[in-house]
Amino acid sequence: MKVKVISRSTDEFTRERSQDLQRVFHNFDPNLRTQEKAVEYQRALNAAKLDKIFARPFIGAMDGHIDAVSCMAKNPNYLKGIFSGSMDGDIRLWDIANRRTVCQFPGHQGAVRGLTASTDGSTLVSCGTDCTVRLWNVPVATIMDSDNSSDCSSEPRAVYMGENAFWAVDHQWNGDLFATAGAQVDIWNHNRSQPVNSFKWGTDSVISVRFNPGEPNLLVTSASDRSIMLYDLRVSSPARKLIMRTKTNSISWNPMEPMNFTAANEDCNCYSYDARKLEEAKCVHKDHVSAVMDIDFSPTGREFVTGSYDRTVRIFQYNGGHSREIYHTKRMQRVFCVKFSCDASYVISGSDDTNLRLWKAKASEQLGVLLPREQKRHEYNEALKNRYKHLPEVKRIVRHRHLPKPIYKAGVLRRVMIEAERRKDQRRKAHSAPGSIVTEPMRKRRIIKEVD
Amino acid sequence: MGVKQENGDPENILPPIEQELSHELDTKVKKYLRGEGANLEVLKDKKLKGQLSVREDLYGISAKAAAKAEKWLMPSKGGYLEAEGIEKTWRIKQDAINREVDISSAKNQYDIVLPDFGPYTLDFTSSGRYMAAAGRKGHLAVVDMKNMSLIKEMQVRETVRDILFLHNELFFAAAQKKYPYIYNRDGVELHCLKEHGAVTRLQFLKNHFLLVSINKFGQLRYQDVTMGEMISNFRTGLGRTDVMLANPFNGVVALGHSGGTVSMWKPTSAVPLVKMLCHPGPITAMAFHPNGNLMATSGKEKKIKIWDLRKFEVLQNIPGHAKTLDFSQKGLLAAGTGSYVQILGDFSGSRIYSRYMGHSIVKGYQIGKVAFRPYEDVLGIGHSMGWSSILIPGSGEPNFDTWLANPFETSKQRREKEIHSLLDKLPPETIMLDPSKIGTVKSAKKKDKPTKEEKEAEMEAVVEAAKGTAIRKKTKGKNKPSKIAVKKKKIVERAKRPFLEKQMEEENVAKKKQKISEEISLPTALQRFARKKATA
Repeated sequence: MKVKVISRSTDEFTRERSQDLQRVFHNFDPNLRTQEKAVEYQRALNAAKLDKIFARPFIGAMDGHIDAVSCMAKNPNYLKGIFSGSMDGDIRLWDIANRRTVCQFPGHQGAVRGLTASTDGSTLVSCGTDCTVRLWNVPVATIMDSDNSSDCSSEPRAVYMGENAFWAVDHQWNGDLFATAGAQVDIWNHNRSQPVNSFKWGTDSVISVRFNPGEPNLLVTSASDRSIMLYDLRVSSPARKLIMRTKTNSISWNPMEPMNFTAANEDCNCYSYDARKLEEAKCVHKDHVSAVMDIDFSPTGREFVTGSYDRTVRIFQYNGGHSREIYHTKRMQRVFCVKFSCDASYVISGSDDTNLRLWKAKASEQLGVLLPREQKRHEYNEALKNRYKHLPEVKRIVRHRHLPKPIYKAGVLRRVMIEAERRKDQRRKAHSAPGSIVTEPMRKRRIIKEVD
Repeated sequence: MGVKQENGDPENILPPIEQELSHELDTKVKKYLRGEGANLEVLKDKKLKGQLSVREDLYGISAKAAAKAEKWLMPSKGGYLEAEGIEKTWRIKQDAINREVDISSAKNQYDIVLPDFGPYTLDFTSSGRYMAAAGRKGHLAVVDMKNMSLIKEMQVRETVRDILFLHNELFFAAAQKKYPYIYNRDGVELHCLKEHGAVTRLQFLKNHFLLVSINKFGQLRYQDVTMGEMISNFRTGLGRTDVMLANPFNGVVALGHSGGTVSMWKPTSAVPLVKMLCHPGPITAMAFHPNGNLMATSGKEKKIKIWDLRKFEVLQNIPGHAKTLDFSQKGLLAAGTGSYVQILGDFSGSRIYSRYMGHSIVKGYQIGKVAFRPYEDVLGIGHSMGWSSILIPGSGEPNFDTWLANPFETSKQRREKEIHSLLDKLPPETIMLDPSKIGTVKSAKKKDKPTKEEKEAEMEAVVEAAKGTAIRKKTKGKNKPSKIAVKKKKIVERAKRPFLEKQMEEENVAKKKQKISEEISLPTALQRFARKKATA
């Protein structure tokens, strides 16, 4: 006879000293976990609910400007700093962590229209409606950390005069060129008072310009004649042009997939394009109910933030048709500029009500240093929500957002209008000869033509 | 499926030992995959297909990791009893086992003789650390089984029919003469559940925090013990019974009745989910296998039956009487009757139970309850003169999971687990026969034919519309009220006609079908007696 029975000595299964950690054991046998699927579903529901409870995205407002904030620029070299320019010509450097002005630049005579910082973070370039481009020295980080908000009333390092008002400026990545947009696109060097190059295609003014993060000589602009143009600095003429049905207010390149850019359009939508294939948008991002004013990609390239004339800020997945998140407050007016912070965890919006607002990029994220156990728990909850996101109850909780009444109503109205149009199209198609009416997909419908 | 079968060339290269290991791992992986993966071939959406295949791969990886953990990281090995030569395992006595095993295990063999208050019934906590015992004449005791110390003992001075622990060892419920009561570990009476009445049997659903009771009048009650809410109250209408058991796999409660039927209940429906006739006579005991697919029942006609709960089919008929039945964690079945306990085991893996062990207690003691102690190779026997404990090698799960049931739990861990289990408390709606349906989406059902009411409503609507049609003014003489009335009637009839025609057509079809089926149903030899057609 051979016999063995389970026998556990207490010493093997408990800790020796009170300072030790408790010993833990795992057994993943499915038979020991009864109703595991129901329990998991319940946990997913709880995770979705907890997410709603902890969703407090608004961190604070930064006031100081005395007119609407028109443009912002990130300091690529310093995480806490952000520049903002306002309609009265004021330029400020903010410390996001303390939410206060660190430095105030004398600025422009008229409105500041564009701001950008060089990649090394030492130079700030601003342009405005007073037909000047000004270069500023950015104070070093030690000054920013000191308590007194110094009035760096330093004169601009250089003032370059142009002929017409400027609408936008953007600095080259890893280079010393910057481009301004106005009546034409000018390419400037830091050290020369005259543009090194000028491009003009069409008659209307150019309203936004953005350099490609991957290929430093490529830039994209949008003009008020509803066109989006691609330029290559190595050749003297513009490369390609795309004309849409409505004006594009702002453009942002995807930093992780630098052949793709997303255009914030006047028709409430954003359109993601592949720069190599402009005849069709890759994705249409719908949800805003008024013109989208500004767009900025997260440094991760997985999502982007938009600010709109409908007084909301939305966050979209780079390939998602609808927004993941909407931010609004009672006091926030038309949003003119938005930026993702360089660590992808905050969003900053500048609006008509003279304030900059700081938001969390993930509404329910826990800030601060997380313990490993907390981290694991958050990851587990995230995975649960992701697994059960298609089930009606979880979906309802995750998707629900409270909206201000005017925005909600405008959204409903928009849906009704789109639906009516779709129905009308269907009927027209049904009552005409087969094949005579071709419905184009939404990705193509708003494009008029592409010019080489 | 996500796990890539490493067949083909690499397997031939491996030395035989490693091949064997990989085979062993494969069988283990199968357990952790929890069934077949989704069939992705039918999907047309490429994006969805990609996402799902990534997820299936992840499932495969995690199953493999779990299998490896089971193979290499488990601290204990299971018990066993093997006969050598002409020995038979069922002839091996407890004394013989006692001589072979270590001292700490041998301590688990004992008899407690309490002649005054028997017969006794037992219940273990899910970790197997604590035991509650109740004597019929009012003796309640809670024992710590690890160091064999009595935690609390009291005398309630009335009949106690059943005792069980709630979610942890701090609370236990006792079904007493008139009402069930809830006590805490110190013996303080916390609640008297008067609504339940004179309860014969109690059950507790751990995931749902539901206390289930069946009373003298055959009323089944579910009460939420967290908020005290009475979830449901059903009159079974099948008479008094004291055979009730919850299926641990899905939370369905089964009742065994004196008519030989077993009915299964969930708290959200007043009619049983299943009513199956298991025995020709009264049912004396029931037990569920921990994986939820097997049920054992025993009847007064001296039969023990093993049932497959997926097909509701009898798998095996074992002769023998059982007053009480219990499945162990590893699937051994204990059947107690008179003063003898028989242990059956499934050794072939084909769900055919055969003799494994047997044990006789002192002649004249009547066994009332057998219960395997979780995570130990121990069987507790409650009988008319106290309780006994014997060793059944290979009955318990050797490895416990600290987060599920920990025999060495500290009070801090217990508190934390209580909070977590309360957060994960399931709503009563999750009790159903097939719990794998939870978390899936019901497939869109095609719209059936319109019902009779819908058809009628449609006709009514058309008739109303027809009545409302304005009648044009015609030449003189045709506008008389009588003529208009006739005309209106005609309009209504015309509107009704298509509906009536359709109805007639359907009726004709139904009649024809019936006729055909009548003809078919007669055997050929009898068809010449079928009703002849009028013409023939």
